[in-house]
Amino acid sequence: MANKHDITLTVNGKDYSLTVEPRRTLADALRDDCGLTGTHLGCEHGVCGACTVLVDDKPVRSCLMFAVQAEGRAVRTVEGLAKGDVLHPLQKAFWENHGLQCGFCTPGFLMLAAGALEADPDLSEEEIRDILSSNLCRCTGYQNIIKSVCLAANEMRACPPSADR
Amino acid sequence: MSWIGRSLPRLEDPSLLMGRGRYVADLARGAASVKFVRSPVAAGRILSIDVPDGELVFTAADLAGVKPICPILHRPDYIAVEQPILARDRVMFCGQALAVVVAEDQSLAEDLAEQVFADIDAEDAIVDMDTALAEGATAVHAHAPGNVLVEGVLRSPGLDAAFTDAAEIVSLDLRSGRQSAMPLEGRGGVAQYDRISGRVTLYASVQMPHMLRTGLADVLQMPEADLRVVAPDVGGGFGQKMSLFPEYVVLVWLARKLERDVAWIEDRRENFLASSHSRDQSFRVRGAFAKDGTLLGIDADLKSNVGAFSCYPVTCGVEPLMALAELPGPYKVAEYGVRSRGVTTNTGMMAPYRGVSRPMLTLTMERMMDVAAKRLGIDPIEIRRRNLIDTFPHRSPTGLVYDEGSYKEAMDRAVEAIDLTGFRARQREARAAGRYLGIGFSVFSERTGYGTPAYAARGMNIVPGYEIVSCAMDPSGFVEARIGSSPHGQGLKTALAQLIADELGVEPGKVKVISGDTDATPYGWGTFASRSMVIAGGACKLAAGKVATRLRSVAAVMMQADEDQVVLEDGLARVTGTNQSLPIPEVARASYHQSHRFGQAGPGLIENATYDPGGTFSNACHACIVEVDIETGGVKIERFVVAEDAGVLINPMIVDGQIHGGVAQGIANALFEELVYDETGNLLTVSLADYLPPTIAEVPKIEIEHLVTLSDATITKAKGVGEGGAIGAPAAIINATVDALSPFGVEIFQIPATPQHIRKLIREAERNAHG
Repeated sequence: MANKHDITLTVNGKDYSLTVEPRRTLADALRDDCGLTGTHLGCEHGVCGACTVLVDDKPVRSCLMFAVQAEGRAVRTVEGLAKGDVLHPLQKAFWENHGLQCGFCTPGFLMLAAGALEADPDLSEEEIRDILSSNLCRCTGYQNIIKSVCLAANEMRACPPSADR
Repeated sequence: MSWIGRSLPRLEDPSLLMGRGRYVADLARGAASVKFVRSPVAAGRILSIDVPDGELVFTAADLAGVKPICPILHRPDYIAVEQPILARDRVMFCGQALAVVVAEDQSLAEDLAEQVFADIDAEDAIVDMDTALAEGATAVHAHAPGNVLVEGVLRSPGLDAAFTDAAEIVSLDLRSGRQSAMPLEGRGGVAQYDRISGRVTLYASVQMPHMLRTGLADVLQMPEADLRVVAPDVGGGFGQKMSLFPEYVVLVWLARKLERDVAWIEDRRENFLASSHSRDQSFRVRGAFAKDGTLLGIDADLKSNVGAFSCYPVTCGVEPLMALAELPGPYKVAEYGVRSRGVTTNTGMMAPYRGVSRPMLTLTMERMMDVAAKRLGIDPIEIRRRNLIDTFPHRSPTGLVYDEGSYKEAMDRAVEAIDLTGFRARQREARAAGRYLGIGFSVFSERTGYGTPAYAARGMNIVPGYEIVSCAMDPSGFVEARIGSSPHGQGLKTALAQLIADELGVEPGKVKVISGDTDATPYGWGTFASRSMVIAGGACKLAAGKVATRLRSVAAVMMQADEDQVVLEDGLARVTGTNQSLPIPEVARASYHQSHRFGQAGPGLIENATYDPGGTFSNACHACIVEVDIETGGVKIERFVVAEDAGVLINPMIVDGQIHGGVAQGIANALFEELVYDETGNLLTVSLADYLPPTIAEVPKIEIEHLVTLSDATITKAKGVGEGGAIGAPAAIINATVDALSPFGVEIFQIPATPQHIRKLIREAERNAHG
């Protein structure tokens, strides 16, 4: 496994020059090489979804993608969701509605919901439920996660994010 | 204006939401990676362990001088067992650590671990309790023939008479599968070595940092002062992060040995294999009932599979002894006989998980009530009403004293909220249309916030229970509360800040709760047993109250008023009946910088307080409606109602969150999750694809009704609420499922009630019907 590749990862609009083994997952590269530890690993086999990030605006489990596969694509992580200290509507809704407890699964849920709502702002509650069923939370019983995402969806419809995101 | 009772958004959240949380794995950068080599077999003799040359690989032989983990109960029926830090001579369960490797990064550590080969002469493993208890069974631990590590027996004198007098005797055999608390963040630790002082700081994902430090110092035979344990943000624990695990001992040992930082971050497979398990209980219970449904007596034989080792510090007695003490739950019963055993096997160690035995106890009592009701021709709600505790304080046959509760009232509230009468009509219509709906109830008590007397009574060598809080207002008027308790994601800091804010008349945002760092907090017991709000909360109230007294006396001097006339509210020290007031920060500053003026009050605003209560009982009734698909055996929960009495709710939103999460884990216990070993002791469920934790698709909306009983057993009037959801849900779901399947006469006595199990019961029922 000695052969390493020089790649450039573009994460939250910033370029990171990395030297990685081909087997290095995107999740590990984000966390260990870019220092972006907001993306969490709950299972490393694609079930829990805690490591969900957006790759070219689509939710992806970063534990199932190699870093080298992400070269040349736009990666977005939870660190890029707020604008400075102004929380994204999803973050705000999760805060106000107790959509998190331990917070470990939260970045994955936020990125999953952000990707889904950007792709289709008019998702129904049933559709949102269906999408969120791909991620696991062990603390909240999902009650306030669904509530938060639905409220954020309303807010995002009322105030669509600007094109410069 | 009171902060208590408000659904204040959590102070913890902004950093967590922005990805700025600091969980253990986030602190591992720069540290060498540690990987454990684990036993592939459940039982056997270690013949040799081959390790690659020139690499950092360590086995038990290297750890000479490190003591095994050996928790103690002072009971004649307890047999202590030693857990070596790395397996020596023998392996005792599949996944036990045999060796440890250290490499520059995680993937290299994994490569290196694959080069370690253990030659183990495998032997037949004892996997289940029946095998362990069979006549002539091999002893899992040579000094514990019979394979029972703890056995409690009680028998009230009138028990036989109760059964002789009974109009109906209900005999049940119940079984709960083995489960994992499965926090989404697994265990993990980063041990940092300080070359100047020689001290080690262990960052670890744990619920009991002080206890961990004590345990580590004991087995490593080092002064506690040379070790600092920090629990940073913790990604859930649910009991699994309470115990002293060998992995943490190895980390501290490695940091000292190698004089460098080392990190071990558990992966999911490892979490299933090598962290603790729970439940895995088998209960045989008889209930003696009078004709009118009065429960006259209970006779119980309770077995808990405690696995290969005993967890430190609470020991393998935690489930068996809880079962023994609390089986009667919320019901009056005069005569009680019980034998409760902790049975050792070649499986993973059993340790606390949210609820500890009570999910199974509640399942037992609630199934018994439904079965007895059916046999005696009494309504299931009515039979409960006739037996529930209704005078307080109530003394149980095992000597537990229940404080004020609302057992009947909570049940009535749940019955009303779920519209039992309306449901029965709907159920008839559905049945006519070939759909199988059912309704089920579960009433339970949740013993919470108990202090040292409860643990001392259990015979624990290390007696947890109290909390110490150090509360200080600094010269800028901000408050620091240093607590021995240690949150694991439940929002404790916000709730405590609300309590303290009320005592001191400041906003919660001015209260910093400092926890989880043995260098920065007083000795305490962390988070478990639904204790933090009650006990740490009580200590916070007392400590902040003492600071408030000092603050008022300083303010009184400053305003030349009588101390009794000074009140603290809205950021001001006010003299009642006047328009005189001072901003609290001004008073705080004077207390530190003008102390010569205040005589008795002295300098500074720092106070400690300790709280060690006897304990209190929350109570609740869970009610649910399910639909069973008789073709697949799948159970869908249509409605779930919780009528809960946790006393005063400090932060209702957080309380509801605790109930939601608990119920979801109860649903998991009832229908989905089970750790399965094969007959050789090999764990088959080692991924989340096998273990089946419920997703949002399986968890329905959870409706909550609150009742508030004020009890003198808790000085904040708050009762603990962390475990109730998990305790009550399985019984309500199983009773509802049985109700749905009543046309088949199916009874369910085991959880998880998987589709396969339900289909089997339906098939058997159909076969019998067509006989």
